[in-house]
Amino acid sequence: MQMNGAQMVCEALVAEGVKTVFGYPGGAIMNVYDAIYKQDGFEHILNRHEQASVHAADGYARASGEVGVAMVTSGPGFTNAVTGLATAYMDSIPLVVISGQVPQILLGTDGFQEIDAIGISRPCTKHNYLVRDIAELPRILKEAFHIARTGRPGPVLVDIPKDITAEMGEFVYPESVDLPSYMTIPKVESSAIELAVEAILKAKKPLIYIGGGAVLSNASEAIRAFAELSQIPAVETLMALGVMGAENPLRLGMLGMHGNYASNMAMSETDLIISLGARFDDRVTGKLSEFAQYAKVIHVDIDPANISKLVAVDYPIVGDVKEAVEMLVSGLKGKVQTKQYDDWREILARYDALYPQSFEDSDEIIKPQWVIERLGETLGEEAIVTSDVGQHQMWAAQHYPFDRPRQWINSGGLGTMGFGLPAALGAKKAFPNKTVINVTGDGSILMNVQELVTASEYKIPVINVILNNHFLGMVRQWQTFFYEERYSETDLTFQPNFKALAEACHGIGYDVTTKEEFDMALKDAIEQDKVAFINIQVARFENVLPMVPANAALNNMMLPKIANPDKGEK
Amino acid sequence: MNEVRRVISIVVENESSVLSRVAGLFAGRGYNIETLTVAPIPNSKRSRITIATKGDERTIAQITKQLNKLIPVYEVVEHNEMVEKEMVLVKFPLSEPLADIEVLCEAYNGTIVNVGVDMCIGMVADEPCRIKHFIEASARFNPIEIVRGGVVAIER
Ligand SMILES: Cc1ncc(C[n+]2csc(CCOP(=O)(O)OP(=O)(O)O)c2C)c(N)n1
Ligand SMILES: [Mg+2]
Repeated sequence: MQMNGAQMVCEALVAEGVKTVFGYPGGAIMNVYDAIYKQDGFEHILNRHEQASVHAADGYARASGEVGVAMVTSGPGFTNAVTGLATAYMDSIPLVVISGQVPQILLGTDGFQEIDAIGISRPCTKHNYLVRDIAELPRILKEAFHIARTGRPGPVLVDIPKDITAEMGEFVYPESVDLPSYMTIPKVESSAIELAVEAILKAKKPLIYIGGGAVLSNASEAIRAFAELSQIPAVETLMALGVMGAENPLRLGMLGMHGNYASNMAMSETDLIISLGARFDDRVTGKLSEFAQYAKVIHVDIDPANISKLVAVDYPIVGDVKEAVEMLVSGLKGKVQTKQYDDWREILARYDALYPQSFEDSDEIIKPQWVIERLGETLGEEAIVTSDVGQHQMWAAQHYPFDRPRQWINSGGLGTMGFGLPAALGAKKAFPNKTVINVTGDGSILMNVQELVTASEYKIPVINVILNNHFLGMVRQWQTFFYEERYSETDLTFQPNFKALAEACHGIGYDVTTKEEFDMALKDAIEQDKVAFINIQVARFENVLPMVPANAALNNMMLPKIANPDKGEK
Repeated sequence: MNEVRRVISIVVENESSVLSRVAGLFAGRGYNIETLTVAPIPNSKRSRITIATKGDERTIAQITKQLNKLIPVYEVVEHNEMVEKEMVLVKFPLSEPLADIEVLCEAYNGTIVNVGVDMCIGMVADEPCRIKHFIEASARFNPIEIVRGGVVAIER
C-alpha cells in the first residue's frame, strides 16, 4: 500500500502490537504526530518531559515484558531522551525509541534542532538506525523491534529525517527479519550442562546467585523448581528481587553493598556459585580480588561478553537462563541428594539468625523501614513497586516482600534519580488494575515531578510514597561514614510544599508524621484513585545497613547494632 | 598490566556508521587504536576492518566479544597466526643520493615510485617491524615526510 513515512511508523507500531506510545512532539517529528492524530491503533500519552517518556516506556516494558515505545523530536527532544536510553541500556530493557531528525538535506549543517543522535546514542543503545531511504523504513522498524526483544534485550533508536516521514512509498511490513550478522540466541550446549551438573553434585556449599537476566528470561518458575529440587540456597541481586519469592525458605535475601548478612556471607564462603543471569556488578561483588575466594563458578548468561568479564568462570553456559535451568533440573533429577547441602544451609541459617535484616523501630518518629514493611503488609503481592535512587530504594529492596518477578521496578545499573514516577506511569498503563506505588525520596521525586500532570490528565493514579528525610540521604550517608560528616550540598531542608504541589497538579497530597496518619493516607489514596503524594517525615539520619564500603570485601560489612547473639549460638 | 599487541580483523556490513561503532568500543575503554585500515571486500557488500592495538589480554578479549555483538559485524578474527603487512611512503629531497635511497628501498622489498624536480618518493610494503627498521634506516637521507599505512592481515 502507498503511504507516507509517518503512516508507515504508525502501521508498524500497530503491526507490532503496540498499545501505548509515550512521547512528546516537535518540529522534526510532526509528520508522525499528524499520522498519530488520524489513527486509533494505539494510545499516545503526552508526558511533560522526554526523559519521562522513555522511563515510562521502560516501566511499561519492565512490568509487562513487552517492548516499550517512546517518541521524541530531534535536537533537545532527543537529548532529553538520552538518560532514558542509558537507563534502559544498563538494565537490558527492550525499547524502541523513535526520534525525528532534520531533513536529510540539512544533515551535517548544524540545522535548527539538529544533533547527531546516532553518535550520541551509540554507547547507550543496543543498536541504532538513521533512516536514509523511505524504502528501508519498514525493514528498519521491523528489525528495531526484533533486536530490542531478542537475545540480551536493549533499547534501539530509530532516527528518522523529516523528509522521510513526508515521502510516499510502498508499505509492506516484513514478516521476518534477515539479519545474518546479528547474533541469534545461542542454544545451550548439553555438554556444558553435564559439566555443571557434575560440579553441583560435587559441591558442598553451592549457592544460586540470581540476577536481572532471570527476570528478563521469565525464568522464575524454573529457578524455583531448581532450588526446590536441589535444596540449594539462593541469593538475589537488586534486579532479581521477586524471582524466588519472599517467603521461599531457600531464599537468603539480597546480596551486595546493601545485602543482608547471610547473603553476603554465603557468597563469601560458597564453594560453587551458580550464576543465573547475573553479571558480577561491582555493587554486588565488593572488592573483586577477595570475592568468593573458595568458589568455582558456573555462569549462565545469554551474553557471551559477560562470561569471565570480571570473575573467571569455570563452567560457562551461554544461552537463555530459563532453558539452561530447565536442563540443569533434568540433569540433576534422581541424582541430587537434597540432604547433601544440609550442613551448608544450617550454617547459613545461623548467620541469618545472628544478623537478620532488621532495624530499630521508634514510637517518636517514623522509621523509613517501617513504612516499607507496612506497605508490604498492606499490599503484598498485589502491588507493583517502582523506585527512585537512594536510601529509600535500598530500604524498599530490603524490606518489601516481593513475591513475583516484575513486581519490583528500579534503575539498577545506571541508578537514575527521576526514574520512579514515570516508570510507575508505564507500569500502571500495562497493569491498570494493580496498585502501583513509587517509593521515592525528597530529592529524586523532583527530578521528574512534572509527571504529576501527565498522571492526572490521563488518570493514571500511581501513589508516590516520599520517604522525606530532608536530605540527599544516600550521599549524606556516605558523608557520615567516609567524609567526617561534612554534609556538602546534601541538605534539603528547603523544600516545596509536597502536598500543595500534588494538589496543584490535580492530584492529592498527604502530610504524614505518625504511623496512624500513614495508614489512613495509604487507604485513602487507594480509594481516591488519583495520583497521590504521601509525604512522610522520616528519621533524618537513618542509615542503610548492612553496608559494604566501596571496594571492601563482601564479608566486611558495617552492621546494624541489634545483633541477635542468642539465636546464633545453637 | 601485561601489554600485548594484537591484530584484529573484522568483517562488517559496508554501511556508514559501522566504523564509528567499532572505533567507539576502543574509545569507550580508553584504548588506543595503533593502526586501522578499512576496505570493501571484493564482490560483496561487506568490508574488512583491520585494527592493530595494544592492551592486556583480558581487555582485548572483552573488546573482541563486544565487537562480535555489534549488529553489522559478521566475523571477528583475533589471534597470532596472521600474515601482516604494512605500507609506508617516504618523500626524500633530491639533494640526497638517489641511488642509495633506491638500494635501501629495495632492501625492504620496495622501490622508488615517483621522482620530481626536487624530491623522490620511496614505497615499502613489509612486516610492521621491518617497516619500523626501514624508517629508522631512511633517517640518514633526511626524509621530508613519512606516511605510514595501517596493517592489513590475513589468516595463515
Ligand atoms: C540523576 C542522578 N543524579 C545524582 C545521583 C547521585 N545520587 C544517588 S542517591 C542520591 C540522593 C537521593 O536523594 P533522595 O531522593 O532524597 O533519596 P534518599 O537517599 O534521601 O532516600 C544522589 C544525589 C543519581 N543517582 N542520579
Ligand atoms: Mg531524601
